[in-house]
Amino acid sequence: MGIQLSDTAATRVQHFLDNRGKGIGLRLGVKTTGCSGLAYVIEFVDELREDDEVFETKGVKVVVDRKSLVFLDGTEVDFAKAGLNEGFQFKNPNAKDACGCGESFTV
Amino acid sequence: MALLQISEPGQSTAPHQHRFAVGIDLGTTNSLAATVRSGEAVCLADEQGRKLLPSVVHFAAGDKLLGYEALAMQANDPLNTIASIKRLMGRASEDVSRLGNTLPYETVIPAGSKVPRIRTRSGDFSAVEISAEILRVLAQRAAQSVGDELDGVVITVPAYFDDAQRQATRDAATLAGLKLYRLLNEPTAAAVAYGLDQNNDGTVAVYDLGGGTFDISVLRLNKGVFEVLATGGDSSLGGDDMDHAIGEWIISAAGFVEIDARLARRILIAARKAKESLTEAESAEISIADRQHNWSGTLIRSNFEGLVKGLLTRTLTACRRTLRDAGLKATDIDEVIMVGGSTRVPLVQSMVGELFARKPMCDLDPDEVVALGAAIQADVLAGNKPDSEMLLLDVLPLSLGIETMGGLSEKIITRNTAIPVSRAQEFTTFKDGQTAMSIHVVQGERELVSDCRSLARFELRGFPPMTAGAARIRVTYQVDADGLMSVTAEEATSGIAAEIVVKPSYGLTDGEIESMLRASMEHARDDIELRMHKEQQVEASRVIEAIDAALVNDGEQLLNPKERKLIVEHRDALATALESATTEELKRLIRAVEQASEFYVARRMNQSVRQALTGKQIDEVDV
Repeated sequence: MGIQLSDTAATRVQHFLDNRGKGIGLRLGVKTTGCSGLAYVIEFVDELREDDEVFETKGVKVVVDRKSLVFLDGTEVDFAKAGLNEGFQFKNPNAKDACGCGESFTV
Repeated sequence: MALLQISEPGQSTAPHQHRFAVGIDLGTTNSLAATVRSGEAVCLADEQGRKLLPSVVHFAAGDKLLGYEALAMQANDPLNTIASIKRLMGRASEDVSRLGNTLPYETVIPAGSKVPRIRTRSGDFSAVEISAEILRVLAQRAAQSVGDELDGVVITVPAYFDDAQRQATRDAATLAGLKLYRLLNEPTAAAVAYGLDQNNDGTVAVYDLGGGTFDISVLRLNKGVFEVLATGGDSSLGGDDMDHAIGEWIISAAGFVEIDARLARRILIAARKAKESLTEAESAEISIADRQHNWSGTLIRSNFEGLVKGLLTRTLTACRRTLRDAGLKATDIDEVIMVGGSTRVPLVQSMVGELFARKPMCDLDPDEVVALGAAIQADVLAGNKPDSEMLLLDVLPLSLGIETMGGLSEKIITRNTAIPVSRAQEFTTFKDGQTAMSIHVVQGERELVSDCRSLARFELRGFPPMTAGAARIRVTYQVDADGLMSVTAEEATSGIAAEIVVKPSYGLTDGEIESMLRASMEHARDDIELRMHKEQQVEASRVIEAIDAALVNDGEQLLNPKERKLIVEHRDALATALESATTEELKRLIRAVEQASEFYVARRMNQSVRQALTGKQIDEVDV
């Protein structure tokens, strides 16, 4: 299944990477924390780690470590605006329950 | 659903632990807020997509308007519309009354206070309170834009802002409920926005031509650390002057004779529009049409350039002066950054480029660049970047000194010293048995305390009495990264200490700093002569004091009447001449007293040695 970026998300990621001037791609992951157990990680990638899987989607390299992939497989990442705010949004089929803020979830 | 931003590798935070940080350019005319999102600094717009917030507050009946809405009320209700409040930040009532009728609103000074307040229909407000209103609106916009609470802010201030003006800005942040990471100098923020801090070293000139002020700053980057070498400028020169120059051209071209306020405003608006369109176009159509007037004309770019060339030449003169202050030549500058909307004028860019023999950097929006740099710095301070070592240094605009005998200023930290800084100097007592010392902290370049500005005064009391010159009092001046100052004084033998934090209650305008600097140059020679004269007077008083003390002590014992008379004669001659004699005469008279009393000094010395040895075994005496 892997990971997908929406068109807008891919364009934004590429823009941020260009602006930053370095980095090979976008790292997505989860870590155990937060009000509902798991929280999303979204970072620039400067170097790959041993257990990383790399997906190429719309010209952008998306890096996910194998442990996180269990919880993220099939996720689509979108870039959305809400009022003055804007940012990345996870559409994750594995998430059963998200906390009110959407920053953490359970599986 | 939360909207997430991309973090630096390894810098992801737990949910609700993101540290959203905002940079704020709190300007005289306009203010802006910016933040770093997914590694990119962006200025934050309001719901209408407008990034600039006019720094204007309007008090309507039972309501408050800010920004563009307030600006719209200015013409009709000037008394309740507060603009350009930055010019009043950190100012005392004296400063404000000097500004006098140039302020379009009414100021009042409450009894027992030094801080002027502005009278509006909703009550009296201080400059700090008005600024806090502007900050609050920007912070609110920022919180909406990041969808979360703000952790902290970086606010920019002009490099020439003194302690009082900086403190007032901090107070405004506190009042607005913001955590201020730190204040940042505007030119430094501009350099950060262009990423110049990523270079290892070099020198940068920041040319900032705003609506009503011109600032030039020279920064040095050393191993990734910024230091402001020198600042200069003209506090009453800016884009508005260009509008006026065009306005005068319109008046003479159209042959207008009677110009009322309404027509003047119309002309200025037309002038401004023409100026802005001449950035791209080679010529601008201007028309002034109302019931009494109907005129239209064309201003071509070369004509416009002729009108403003004189103004721009003045900015270049200030640039040269500042370069000289920094000890640099124009060709030593590695990069020139353009800040302020007026730098869009092509002639500005070409004239500045010519002076520095390089193309100025103007890729970023000159209105936004300062806020963008502040946002980048705020992001670093919030801890969103790994191993960030961006440490920015500022400089003191004026020297900090201490008053010494004779009303002289002894400079402890000289102007343009990078802060934070700590410098100590030792002082001693002037009189025998002195047990207290008054410490007077002054700011300025002049030699006499009366020509400098008094910052604080405190006393060190209760150290043991000693002979004049024996006490060792160490005075330490410390200025922290925000430009706030503390002074400590400690007597070395007893450990008695006193400390004061300089909380400046009123400030200097940039114009005043400039005129103080100019005065110190113009009066350099007189000041030094005066200083030498004062020093001789102090020395003379010290000699008289010492002779008098000695005579009372053991004059009878050690001197015969004839010897005593000789010494007293010379002493009296010096005392009589003290106020009137020239420096050279004083020197000669002091020498005469010293020579006349040489044998006396020798006898006293012998006597005190004898006393010290009396009744002691030879092995008790350290040799």
